[in-house]
Amino acid sequence: MTSTEVAVTISVDGNDVAVPEGSTILDACTAAGVETPTICYGPNLTPVNACRVCVVELEGSRTLVPSCSRPVEEGMVVSTDSDRVNHSRKMVLEFLGSGVDLSEADELNEWSAKYGAQPDRYENPERMNEEIKIQDDLYVRDYDKCVLCYKCVSACGDDAQHTYAISMSGRGFGARIATEFDVTLPDSACVYCGNCVAVCPTNALQFKTEFDLRQVANWRPEDQTVTTTVCSYCGVGCNLELHTQDERIVKVTSPDDHSVTWGNLCIKGRFGWQYVHGDTDG
Amino acid sequence: MFGAGGGTSSYTEIEETDLIVLWGSNARNAHPIFFHHLLKGIDNGAKMFAVDPRRTSSAKFADVWLGLNLGSDVALANGIGREIIAAGLANKEFIAHSTQGFEAYKENVEPYTLEFTSQLTGLPEDAIRELAHDYATAESAQILWTLGITEHHNAVDNVLALCSLALLTGHIGRWGSGLVPLRGQNNVQGGGDMGSLPNKLPGFQNIDDDAARGKFEATWGVDLNPVPGKHLTLMFEAMERGEIKAAYVLGENPADSEADIQHARKLLSGLDLLVVQDIFMTRTAEMADVVLPASVAWAESDGTVTSSERRVQRVRAAVPPPGEARHDVDILFDLASRMGHDWGTPDPEQLWDELRSLSPMHLGMSWDRLEETGGLQWPCPALDHPGSPFLHGWLWADDLEGREPAPFIPVVHQGPKEELTEEFPLRLTTGRALDSYNTGVQSGGFSSPIRYGDALDMHETDAQRLGLNDGDMALVSSPRGSVEMRIRIDDSLVEGLTFTTFHFPDLVDTNVLTTDAWDKKSGTAEFKAASIRVEPLVAAEA
Amino acid sequence: MADLHFTDAIANDGERNAIDLALGENSALTIEGERIVRGGASRRRGLRHLLLPALHALQKESGWISPGGLNYLSEVLQVPPAESYGVASFYEMFRVDTEPGHDDDVVHVCIDPACRIDGADDLIASLEAEGKHVHRSPCLGQCERPPAVFIQGRKRPDVVPADDDAFVLPQAGDDSLRLLQRIGVVDPTSLDSYREHGGYEALTKALELGADGVLAAISDSGLSGRGGAAFPTGIKWTAVRDADGDQKHIVANCDESEPGTFKDRMVMEHDPFALIEAMTIAAVTTGATNGWIYIRGEYPQATGRLENAIMASRDAGLLGEDVAGSGKEFHLEVRRGAGAYICGEETALFNSLEGFRGEPRNKPPFPTTNGLFDQPTVINNPETLLNVLPIVLDGAAAYRSIGTERSPGTRLFCVSGRVGAPGLYEHAFGATLGEIIEAAGGASGEVQAVLLGGAAGSFVTSDSMDLPLTLEATREAGTTLGSGVVMVFNTDDDMADICQRIAEFFKNESCGQCVPCRVGAIRQHEMIVAIGHKPMPDEKRVLHEDMVQVMADASICGLGHTAASAIKSALALGLIGANQ
Ligand SMILES: Cc1cc2nc3c(=O)[nH]c(=O)nc-3n(C[C@H](O)[C@H](O)[C@H](O)COP(=O)(O)O)c2cc1C
Ligand code: SF4
Ligand code: SF4
Ligand code: SF4
Ligand code: FES
Ligand code: FES
Repeated sequence: MTSTEVAVTISVDGNDVAVPEGSTILDACTAAGVETPTICYGPNLTPVNACRVCVVELEGSRTLVPSCSRPVEEGMVVSTDSDRVNHSRKMVLEFLGSGVDLSEADELNEWSAKYGAQPDRYENPERMNEEIKIQDDLYVRDYDKCVLCYKCVSACGDDAQHTYAISMSGRGFGARIATEFDVTLPDSACVYCGNCVAVCPTNALQFKTEFDLRQVANWRPEDQTVTTTVCSYCGVGCNLELHTQDERIVKVTSPDDHSVTWGNLCIKGRFGWQYVHGDTDG
Repeated sequence: MFGAGGGTSSYTEIEETDLIVLWGSNARNAHPIFFHHLLKGIDNGAKMFAVDPRRTSSAKFADVWLGLNLGSDVALANGIGREIIAAGLANKEFIAHSTQGFEAYKENVEPYTLEFTSQLTGLPEDAIRELAHDYATAESAQILWTLGITEHHNAVDNVLALCSLALLTGHIGRWGSGLVPLRGQNNVQGGGDMGSLPNKLPGFQNIDDDAARGKFEATWGVDLNPVPGKHLTLMFEAMERGEIKAAYVLGENPADSEADIQHARKLLSGLDLLVVQDIFMTRTAEMADVVLPASVAWAESDGTVTSSERRVQRVRAAVPPPGEARHDVDILFDLASRMGHDWGTPDPEQLWDELRSLSPMHLGMSWDRLEETGGLQWPCPALDHPGSPFLHGWLWADDLEGREPAPFIPVVHQGPKEELTEEFPLRLTTGRALDSYNTGVQSGGFSSPIRYGDALDMHETDAQRLGLNDGDMALVSSPRGSVEMRIRIDDSLVEGLTFTTFHFPDLVDTNVLTTDAWDKKSGTAEFKAASIRVEPLVAAEA
Repeated sequence: MADLHFTDAIANDGERNAIDLALGENSALTIEGERIVRGGASRRRGLRHLLLPALHALQKESGWISPGGLNYLSEVLQVPPAESYGVASFYEMFRVDTEPGHDDDVVHVCIDPACRIDGADDLIASLEAEGKHVHRSPCLGQCERPPAVFIQGRKRPDVVPADDDAFVLPQAGDDSLRLLQRIGVVDPTSLDSYREHGGYEALTKALELGADGVLAAISDSGLSGRGGAAFPTGIKWTAVRDADGDQKHIVANCDESEPGTFKDRMVMEHDPFALIEAMTIAAVTTGATNGWIYIRGEYPQATGRLENAIMASRDAGLLGEDVAGSGKEFHLEVRRGAGAYICGEETALFNSLEGFRGEPRNKPPFPTTNGLFDQPTVINNPETLLNVLPIVLDGAAAYRSIGTERSPGTRLFCVSGRVGAPGLYEHAFGATLGEIIEAAGGASGEVQAVLLGGAAGSFVTSDSMDLPLTLEATREAGTTLGSGVVMVFNTDDDMADICQRIAEFFKNESCGQCVPCRVGAIRQHEMIVAIGHKPMPDEKRVLHEDMVQVMADASICGLGHTAASAIKSALALGLIGANQ
């Protein structure tokens, strides 16, 4: 916090924390050293507060409030570890687990374990039941794994890319991420920047490189190194994080906190590395 | 000159500016992540004008698109300048305090009335007036350009004409206002900063400046040639005259990328010695006597690059170079040692520190600071200097920080070098697609679902007149040669204008068509305005 | 603002004409000759609210949202087609699939409780036997005349067959009526008739009183919202009057989709000028210049009468640039919803009207500062607005002379189900449940349960006949007045079936945005279907309690908060799941 910013003090689990005006309760929790589960929140995305896993108890509020979007106000009293909070977090994770394939959502699974979610309490629950979509050589979309967090929609639209190739469609449990009339991605407005894939919390969206390695049981995050460098294409100077495994690039991301990209890239920066390994367009 | 050394503004500033004039740039495709910052500006309420002969994907985001005649940029800029003066909207205080040469500029633009400018540019008068008035009255405004301005035979004139508009209105040297040339390649900026210009030493110090050169001579212990060298186009002319007999080409592919490549290829093959150091076996490398395989700078070696906002950032090795490939510096050091100079073993940080000791604008950018900050913007003259988000703040200082007021440099409209004729009645201009890059040697490495391949884009009416449909093959000829191309109908073009990319030389030798007229001031060739003829080809394939 | 990219599908001439007609001259792009194109983000933003009218036009023309038509309207409005599709697929009345027969009229038949106990199934069977394209619809707001039907016409106006029946207000002639006094008496199509019955006197009085006077009267009257949340109207109006903003809005929430509710329809159909007058008072009081009537798409007659009334008022100088010579501006427009219960939630309504998916926004910020188009907005239920007229005319004290201290005035009750004379009734707050049922002809058969407040409300049994229907007494009894629904079931009715349907309603109507409601609603439905007529095992009761709690605690909006409350009450009362 720089001295010019106004500080707002709130109480988190009985401890006062001061954060800059305009911060969220989540920011204050983080400042207070309290870990908060989040799914639909992204540091560079406008909060949609849809998943509700980050809820906290706010004194004076009838319902729990989403910490990721609620701005702090002087004197707020927040509890993050009450029975109500823990119950809601557990149930949100349990609900998701009951209908969505979370097998590659490592972080969600950790929280589910922490909060004691029991997704198998339900009898024959209806599930997402989606076919995997492989429509090009760059992406795999497996909406069976989708928790409808809107992050990909925000990244493709308002918050970064402004391409709007995908949108939420339908309603209720039938809501799905889709292109218009579900046309294939190559037939849509998609420009393959990969910014949606980068924000997906469950691997419902993944790069084909990762998918192919997973198919042969050779995706080994623990053996990967991440090196930050600069994109070699145009002169914008985007920072790239090259994820390498066995001396090969397997995935490219960009740092969320860099003022040039804020985590986003274009198709060239995201996929234009294959020539490094002598691969050519097949 | 503004805009020559580097973009005056940071990307973040465009998010807070009031008016955006995107001039001859399809940043949506060519600089996608910069365009994100621009979009934030629009979301925050900025008005946007797009000045471009084509209604590009960038122009589709604009409040107003002005489709001027190809090559009439100077005319439009002068017309805008004249209108600003005539309407009494020039920033008189700023002009008096911070500039010189206004009277000559005013006299020079006097003939460019709205009516005359309209004739030259093909734009309606009220649109020119609107742009002029909005630009002059905005709180803050940025003009941005790319190759549409600089890949013309009169590139420098184009840039000068835009600079004058900033001087006229004071849209320079302040947060949110500025002149922003977007760099086409990742380290064009850095290359220039490091002295890869015929007349410059690192840090934009002139080679013919004895004091500056003296520093380098003292550090390196050698005498340096004080005569400026040749830029690329002059080199080719010198080859033609037989004055240059050998060339050492690092990471360039002139046999594919030069305008008028047939001519360029002939000259390259006529050399006594051609050495090519590259990561690919390019067309140029195939012609070489010696090929030195290099490593991929951004993924296989350590160093720095500099972006369009003058931000110096670290590149780092993530994977080892394949096979016999070696780092560029290793090759150069070895070469030096074979020539009798032992430079030791290259160490990126050490080399960088040497640069910092010689280039004052880089002095404050220690390796550690670059690491911590994620990049610093030059000038950064001291270790406690935060770097410079924008340039030319001195223009607003009471004493101009002791500098000369900024000069207006009058320029006149010339139009494209190559006239349209009965034989070659259509204009051809070139540009980039989103998913591909220059001659495509790197971007061809992945399979893009949106890649279309090079085609000749044309207006529906032109195509109909020629009896062509979308997807037909046609013979496209310029005074320099002919190629076969696929036709694509494109609503971004006006009648009489055609467009192609130049990413797929193996498919289509587009640069066979473009002209080698070049800008005497910058040495850039004319990619942007050839004249061509299009003839249907009887469908040969089954 | 977007990279617009369209598939090859092309609109036919009919579709283009229909969409052009709906959009008028509006287009997000203007092409001036060959060299100038005007467009841009602010233009696109400014026209986005025309998306819903354009989709309505396309649906009417083609019987579905065809890809070509969607491309065309998206291009004119410069909305990305994926977003237009996302919006279209949100609504019940728009069909985005290519199923055959989509070029017919669609007969919507209500399958909600009042209709399902009174012939809905038989009607559907016979219509389907006739080969009609039947759509099983949630409550159509005609619960007093089951089974309800609404015909969505293809290339012809929508109709409700029952609108042709003669209309009689059960309490006609009762002098004590405040809100319903003109209903069935005044000619709803005539401004003169409205004036003869005291119309527009309140506006005159309001202009005399000035904003402070009106706000004081409304606040002192104790009027609270009739849309379900019972928020004090005086506080709302004052907040909007005090809010900063170049433009403010008055929105009448006429989406009325709470199962069992039909009061707003009756008011709009039979006293449309009253709604307009009350909105105009709200406007001149708060400084709003724009008014919107957002009406559910299944109310063609009310829509027509409101549009007619707006035109008449405008022609008489009571709307427009200079309202009744006051120098104040107020422009009023009607917008049709397209079949989505959630769009009655105020912030979902704003999104819907603005041309986005009808997903509720998180609050705060509240509509009083960040409402429609993110501007300060008064949003009220028509019944709430109707109360403004007597308050302004007669003053707060007279208004408070009936009802209770904390629930002053009268309330409209939508009485349906097993009663002698289903229909709309006005009673002073404090009348008991038994009195209200009695006034509606008494129960037919033995009362098994009464659904109070709608699907979002809760069940009570015959034990509650003495419950005074006030805000405070119902709250204390753990139930709610909601939107004034009193739906009566007798011992012949199958409560398991009714409860399954209520659970299904929430499953279908959840916008799907937040996890507690999207998943909670479907899991609840699955559970209630599985229970059927069987007893509910303890572990399932625990699980249901767990679901109730997360939905009430952590959902974004009122739909999720209340989606389990009727089922919860049915379980508690042993109407379902009981251990026999
Ligand atoms: C799911 C849901 C549906 C609603 N439907 C309506 C409705 O159809 N009509 C209405 O007036 N209020 C409805 N409301 C309540 C509105 O959100 C809002 O509180 C009301 O319009 C405010 O007006 P009032 O203060 O006059 O009641 C609904 C709320 C929820 C949560
Ligand atoms: S695909 Fe991924 S990012 Fe998109 S909504 Fe689903 S889970 Fe979220
Ligand atoms: S990621 Fe795209 S925008 Fe960024 S530097 Fe690379 S090519 Fe340029
Ligand atoms: S509670 Fe239900 S209806 Fe409301 S926002 Fe959440 S999902 Fe949508
Ligand atoms: S992370 Fe806060 S609601 Fe999803
Ligand atoms: S119309 Fe059928 S229940 Fe309301």
